This record gives sequence, structure tokens and C-alpha cells, in this order.
Amino acid sequence: MVDRSALRDRALAALETVTDPEIPVLTIGDLGILRDVTVNGDTVDVTITPTYSGCPAMHMITLEIETALARAGIRSRIHTTLSPAWTTDWLTDAARSKLAAYGIAPPAHTTSRRALFGEARPDCPLCGSQDTELISEFGSTACKALHRCRTCREPFDAFKCH
Amino acid sequence: MATTSIVVEETPRVRQLLGRADDALILGHRLSEWTGHSPTLEEELALANVALDLIGQARALYEHIGTLTGHTEDQLAYLRDAPAWRNCLLVELPNGDFAVSMARLVLVSAFTDLFWRAATTSTDAMLAAVAAKAEKETAYHLRHAAEWLIRLGDGTAESHTRAQAALDDLWPYAGELFSTTPSDAALIEAGVVPDPASLHAAWNATMDAVLSRATLIRPPDGWQQSGGRNGQHTEHLGFLLAEMQYLQRSYPGATW
Repeated sequence: MVDRSALRDRALAALETVTDPEIPVLTIGDLGILRDVTVNGDTVDVTITPTYSGCPAMHMITLEIETALARAGIRSRIHTTLSPAWTTDWLTDAARSKLAAYGIAPPAHTTSRRALFGEARPDCPLCGSQDTELISEFGSTACKALHRCRTCREPFDAFKCH
Repeated sequence: MATTSIVVEETPRVRQLLGRADDALILGHRLSEWTGHSPTLEEELALANVALDLIGQARALYEHIGTLTGHTEDQLAYLRDAPAWRNCLLVELPNGDFAVSMARLVLVSAFTDLFWRAATTSTDAMLAAVAAKAEKETAYHLRHAAEWLIRLGDGTAESHTRAQAALDDLWPYAGELFSTTPSDAALIEAGVVPDPASLHAAWNATMDAVLSRATLIRPPDGWQQSGGRNGQHTEHLGFLLAEMQYLQRSYPGATW
């Protein structure tokens, strides 16, 4: 007889090691991608949700979840759900601090629908200056935009408010 | 040896969903053609990102269609001949110059922005879930393309001329975004999809706001092209499919 709660705890511990391949300082739990972990018999069902519809990291994240759980000796099934839609509101406070320390400006807390033009600029995660400018709303990954600091002149990624 | 094409059993719901999915995939494919040819590196990344969002939306919709028809998303994308595609003609037109591509992205995104927002309350739970993701992504697409159209229209004499020409050429294709087929009426009645005609006034307001800032003249709403939703496509779709479907047609079931 498998102890369900012990198995779930082991699975959660293994999932703590799974990070986003593009933002390796964040675990899938930090990002809010990991939605649900349930035990059914001797199998753990893991539900994840994509950040963006076409996020190419989802396939790799799925593989890494399977690998991490298999390494812990846990049989798993991975499910993907679209609803409710992922939002940057699900980023934990710990995740925001980790992002800033990593050099990526965390998203603003509110995800109210923006006006067609104009948006608040993030503070520079490198020197803290508020004098920053947008280079492109589409950065190195779907979830980031590219900005530049006018004070320290460094370009930086900012997590898009979504 | 070419693979046999599939025939999709099209209920009204499947037909409607194919229209939405095909619009997203074909526009996504067109935008992906800019990869390696964009004016700047940042624009290259931006257009690839937009393409990725659109292809991601299409994949989720094909997966949903697959549960209704028994086909896989790959079969739906790679094994249908041109007459089985339900996208509007606007999205299949060639990219043209940068002004044409940006004008098209504005025309389409200004519509899908409204469509997805309205579809978040669809009685089709899967469509509502796709819509909830897509409407956030589309807001970015619209703003990006609109900023370009403004910059081009209100830029140099050359960019203004080209932007106006692009708008004039594409305008007769925009009307198809708001068209419905007879089989759509029951779906609209049942709250599966919003009535596109009900979004026209808001679309007009968005277009007027963008065009006035771009110093471009709104072309007259005259006769409008149509046929895509019924599978009557321009010659351009066949060439696009020949490239997009080449691998699966030549090496059936290939994976990597």
C-alpha cells in the first residue's frame, strides 16, 4: 500500500528541481506553470499550463518533469490545461525577487488590460534606475520584452505583464 | 510517394473552428517567412514571436477539432488540400513589402483582438480557454503592428506612399473577417462564437484611430473579396501549402 501523502511529498520535492529552461533561476512552481499534483494509485498526475500559446519550452518542461519524477522512482502522467489562462499574477514573490536578482525586471503586479498605446516602464534590474526605455515588446522569449536603461546604458529583459 | 489527403467531416462547429485555426496558422506561417529577412534583429524576433503565438493558438484549436473529428493536429495542418482550408483570403496573400505585412497584421489583429475577447465567454469551454490566452497575446500583436503602420504612414514620403498603397490593396479583403456562412447562425445563437458582424463598429473605431495617427486615408468600403471560408482560395494558398506541407507529404508520419 502506497502512502499517498508521502508519495505526493516526494513528487513535490522532485518537482522543486524542475526549472524553466529559459529562466533557470525559476522553478515551474515559482512561475505558476505547475497547476496540480495528485496521486492516483501508484501514479502521480501532474497538470501544467503554458505561459503563452506557442511557448516552445513546454515540450522540454514536460520531458524534464517526467525525468525528475522517474529519477525519484515515481511513475507519472503529465497533463496540459489551458484554463484558467496563465497570468503573471501567479508569479510568487520569491519568483519576483529571483528574477530581479537574475537581471530580468519582474512584471508589474496588475494585469488589467492596457491601453492600445503606452505602458509603464519597468525599473532597471541592474542599477535600479527608473529612467528606462522600451527597445522591443518582443524579446528573447515569448514572455519577455527588451528594454534599455538610460542611466547605466545596459539593455535588459523584462518579464511581460500578461 | 505522396500521402493521401484527409477529408474532414465538417459539422457547423468544426467548420467554424477550422476557420479560426486556419486563419491563425496561415498568418503565422506568412509571418514566419520574415525570419531571416526582417529590417532589424529586434523586428526579426518580434515577428517570429507573433508567428509563434499564432501557431500555438492554431495548435490548440486543431487539437480541439481533433477530438471532434478523430484527426491529429498534424493531419489537419499537413494533409488537407487547398479547397479544404477555411481561412479568409486576407491571411494567405503574399507578404509583399514590410508595409503590406504590417497593414495586414493591423487589419487582422484589430479583428481577432475583439473576437477573442468576446469568445472568452463561449459555451464551448475549449474555445473559451484558447480565447482567454489568445486575447492577451493579440493585444501585443495589434499594438506592435499599429505602431509600425503609424511610423510608416507618418514617416517619409516613400514609406507613406507604400503604406497607403498597402492599405488600399488589402482593404477589399478585410470584409471577409466579418462574414458568416449559413451554418454559423445556430452557433452564434447558442453562444459558441460571437457574431463577427457585432464587432464591426469597434473594429472601425480602432482602424480610424490608427489611420488618423498614421496620416493614412481610410479606403472606401466597397465591394469585398470573399470565398476563403468556402475553400475558394487565391492561387497563393497552394504555393504556401506546397512549402508548409512538403515534409509530411514526402515523408509521411516523419517525426524528430
